[in-house]
Amino acid sequence: MSANKAARIGEEVWKTRIDKVNAELVTLTYGSIVAQLCKDMEGDYLEVNKQLEKMGYNIGLRLIEDFLAKTNMGKCANFRETAETISKIGFKVFLNITPTVTNWTTDGKQFSLIFEENPLADFVELPDDGRAQNELWYSNLLCGVLRGSLEMVQMQVDAHFVNDVLRGNEVTEMRVTLVRIIDDELPPGED
Amino acid sequence: MGILAIMVLNKAGGLIYQRDFNEGLKKLSSNDYLVLAGTFHGVHAITSRVSPVPGSGGLEIMESEHFRMQCFQTLTGTKFLIFAQPHQPNIDVIVKRVYELYADYVMKNPFYQIEMPIRCEAFDRNLLAYIQPRQ
Repeated sequence: MSANKAARIGEEVWKTRIDKVNAELVTLTYGSIVAQLCKDMEGDYLEVNKQLEKMGYNIGLRLIEDFLAKTNMGKCANFRETAETISKIGFKVFLNITPTVTNWTTDGKQFSLIFEENPLADFVELPDDGRAQNELWYSNLLCGVLRGSLEMVQMQVDAHFVNDVLRGNEVTEMRVTLVRIIDDELPPGED
Repeated sequence: MGILAIMVLNKAGGLIYQRDFNEGLKKLSSNDYLVLAGTFHGVHAITSRVSPVPGSGGLEIMESEHFRMQCFQTLTGTKFLIFAQPHQPNIDVIVKRVYELYADYVMKNPFYQIEMPIRCEAFDRNLLAYIQPRQ
């Protein structure tokens, strides 16, 4: 499946089958979750990252079914196709953004998603305590969503942010690595 | 014409949902339903392995004189089994819609535990509302 085709499907599904919700509601809800976590963890931003990832993971496990039911997607032939599908259909359908897929490693197992826009982070300025800028990955929930949803379709991935405009970086960039394909035809321990 | 029953199997072959839509069906004990689901899961796995065509997805339709069973397996491994009258048209469409209802009213219910039996009243209600007018 070409990138163009993915873009077309994403556009189509987003237009016809998705209930829209006010963007500010999403931004403010997410913002208050992150802020509350920072408070609860008493400024332990590494722990906040972890919690956000975990919450995203649990969302991903569920969201994948909605994604598949709405888009009628078949299996991706390779990881490159998966990347295009995530960007042009997944992010398009749920957040109305299409992060750019780039920086592939030669083995085709690792790529970056560059977010030109990020509805979760509109209006956000990280706390000025000298640590948040270096430790907090504000949108870390998204990494979890990818990990959870891909795990449900037999791909174990590692996803983490490497750059964030909130920290003063040029771009917001997430690195996604395919760890392995989960072959669960046999239950563990019976081979 | 009509839909007789719907079953949902989790990826391990466990029965997580079973519902009849027809009065005339023979009832099985809950244990027998579980056995039926588990057996089907096994047969499905075998059919996908013994198929002469590589990369085959396994048993999809089973027809008999009195009913037709269609299996739809999602990419996540969940199976939807629809039992219908032999000449029921558009089962594909029905299956897709049931999957959407499942995504909405089961998976999006934050208190539903994934892979566990489905006890979601809203799912029951919406499923019935969808199936009943088509009987």
